[in-house]
Amino acid sequence: MKVLMSGNEAIARGMYEAGIRFAAAYPGTPSTEILEEFAKYDGVYAEWSPNEKVALEVAIGAALAGEKAVAVMKHVGVNVAADPLFTVSYTGINGALVIISADDPSLHSSQNEQDNRNYAKFAKIPMLEPADAQEAKEFIKLAFTISEKFDTPVFLRSTTRVSHSKSVVSLEEPIPYIDKTAITYNTTKYVMVPANARIRRVAVEKRTLALKTFANSFPENKLEINNPDVGIITAGMPYNYAKDVFPDYSYLKLGMVYPLPEKLIREFAAKVKKIYVIEELDQFLEEQIKAMGISVIGKEIFPYTNEFDPGIIQNAINNQNKATDLPVKSIPPRPPNLCPGCPHRGLFYTLNKLKLFVTGDIGCYTLSFMKPLEGLHSCICMGASIGMAHGMSKALKEKGKGKIVGVIGDSTFIHSGITPLLNMAYNKSNAVIIICDNSTTAMTGMQEHPATGYTLLGEKTKQLDLKVLVSALGIDNIRVVDPYDLKNTRAVIKEELAKDGPSVVISQRPCVLFKRAKLKAQKPLQVDPEKCTGCKVCLGLGCPPISWKKMEKKEGSKREGVSVIDENLCNGCGLCLQVCKFEAIK
Amino acid sequence: MGKEVKSILLAGVGGQGILRASDIMCMAFMEAGLDVKKSEVHGMAQRGGCVTSHVRYGHKVYSPLAQLGSIDLLVSFEKMESLRYLNYLTKDATIIVTTDEIYPPAVNMGDAPYPEDIISVLKKNFKLVKEIDATDLAKKAGNVKAANVVLLGAVSGYLDIKQPVWESVIEKSFPEKLVKVNLASFQMGRSA
Ligand SMILES: Cc1ncc(C[n+]2csc(CCOP(=O)(O)OP(=O)(O)O)c2C)c(N)n1
Repeated sequence: MKVLMSGNEAIARGMYEAGIRFAAAYPGTPSTEILEEFAKYDGVYAEWSPNEKVALEVAIGAALAGEKAVAVMKHVGVNVAADPLFTVSYTGINGALVIISADDPSLHSSQNEQDNRNYAKFAKIPMLEPADAQEAKEFIKLAFTISEKFDTPVFLRSTTRVSHSKSVVSLEEPIPYIDKTAITYNTTKYVMVPANARIRRVAVEKRTLALKTFANSFPENKLEINNPDVGIITAGMPYNYAKDVFPDYSYLKLGMVYPLPEKLIREFAAKVKKIYVIEELDQFLEEQIKAMGISVIGKEIFPYTNEFDPGIIQNAINNQNKATDLPVKSIPPRPPNLCPGCPHRGLFYTLNKLKLFVTGDIGCYTLSFMKPLEGLHSCICMGASIGMAHGMSKALKEKGKGKIVGVIGDSTFIHSGITPLLNMAYNKSNAVIIICDNSTTAMTGMQEHPATGYTLLGEKTKQLDLKVLVSALGIDNIRVVDPYDLKNTRAVIKEELAKDGPSVVISQRPCVLFKRAKLKAQKPLQVDPEKCTGCKVCLGLGCPPISWKKMEKKEGSKREGVSVIDENLCNGCGLCLQVCKFEAIK
Repeated sequence: MGKEVKSILLAGVGGQGILRASDIMCMAFMEAGLDVKKSEVHGMAQRGGCVTSHVRYGHKVYSPLAQLGSIDLLVSFEKMESLRYLNYLTKDATIIVTTDEIYPPAVNMGDAPYPEDIISVLKKNFKLVKEIDATDLAKKAGNVKAANVVLLGAVSGYLDIKQPVWESVIEKSFPEKLVKVNLASFQMGRSA
């Protein structure tokens, strides 16, 4: 049967077809749907772990018990999981272990554009890279075969365009799950103390040599000899872009991007006159091929940044620039925005008014750095807000007193905010941390986490009590506010800023898109055009339904326009009503 | 069709049902026996930001992304968004554009005007521009939310896929209670 599938759906299907029943992940675009889709299949165990490091360790444990396990994460998630990653490469696995890394060339929804192929080389772990959904489904199966055969974790690398593009996939009958789990002991292999690790270190090098040989006959490293004048070495989605514009050239399409098939590359080089290496981001293939002494053209003509498309490849190879101009130059931008009624809005409006320095974190609330809210002033990685707030306030000493606030979402706090908060109590910090608790992982599409009380498989579970946790970490000043109540939110934050020692304010209200919170739809609000003075204060909330309508100035009036609320978008949260000094909003 | 691959761009704003519409379109191409790929960006863009979906079809499609200057058909689910991607179109491209307007933040705040005479700019640069009030037609068909399917109906007039194929795909794409209103919306768009 043929169906239309995204790369992510196809990976989940491939896992199921291969008899895989165990996976752990932390959400992150563009990887999230892999586990959401996998969790829908019968008889699987799938979990959202609190972060990627835990997800990988869970998968390692399952593999040690003889299971075939998968850990899934976005590219930056591998940074979080890097510690176990580098050493599980030494131990090898008992069952089988595949790590899926979904990279994001062009930073469609990420804070950086790192090329995770480097992790394969760095950690000495083989990596497969599919080019579309059909391959994604097949490659995940091959990854398991390699993992079992070579006693190694295997990477499957996807990119946003593979994960989130859809194409036609042929489905196959799943092979039945076979339970091979058991407790087995092998301490010299799994206890990485120096004496044991030194031995495994040698095993890793031997394995890499064996994989290099294997790569030469790996059927997904494919030669396509057509026109011998030009040869293209490429992998993943860029193969499709290149084929689109240069269907007649010769290709070496690498299904395995690490380690490289040296013999095959030499064979290809002998058959074509000139070679281009086409790869997004780093010179990963190019550097290694050049080190083999083979002359190729790569980043001299192709960009280092952003994803490619067929036009970029065509322009680079033909040394042309076909770009056409837009007939209209000034089109207002349309950045993503907080939803109408978003609980983050009231909090960041308040933070802006208090004129603080707000170290931020990653989540929907990061969007509040933009005009007009401008309530957040840094964002590095998940969890960074707390350590940074502490560091800033320590460095600033008296100058920073009452001025430094760190803001972090509930999912992000659980992901990597707990240890830095413990550090604040331990090292006598003075900053205030605000946990934006909207009862979900909103940014990536409403995933469960330990404080929601539900699992990925939809079961009810022990619900983390954030207040109790924060208190156990040694924070004595803990307050809870409703960010819809602007007056109280402001008063509480001011009180906490005035105190000595660290404080935590939990800003609590469910996300407006949250399914379980029985949010009553409030009546949409309206502006009374008679009472509105056109002061624009409500526009400072940056709420999508509120807009400015210009009017003819009347004799003796300073009013140049009024605010208008689009009743189709307004959800009646009442923030604008609170900021209007003229009671013009009802 | 011959060896060539054709490209369609669907553009609009997060929450307008663009991804659903492009899914339906792809399934229709599949049922019509063609190869098809589509590409879009999720995530950040869904919070009211720009959303685009490239759909490419033919006997064999490699790239799910079209290059600049190569798209044959633009379907714009919001009026102003049509302007943003004109450099992706071929000179003879067809444009289907809704008259629906959704203001971006800068317009809401009075910092920038919503572009005027969008349709005349489109008409000055392209021969075939079809305007359609998708939300109004969807309302008439019985559900404002089906504006995306109204636009699909409008596009269907420019594609070589038979009506029963569209209908069967729409039937499979919605829960039973929504099939009727979506078929009606499709028809509204098709005859508009
Ligand atoms: C290491 C890492 N993993 C995952 C992500 C993707 N990601 C960005 S924000 C976020 C969670 C946001 O949830 P929360 O903190 O609750 O804030 P909300 O979006 O709900 O406001 C995730 C998973 C990331 N950027 N970095």
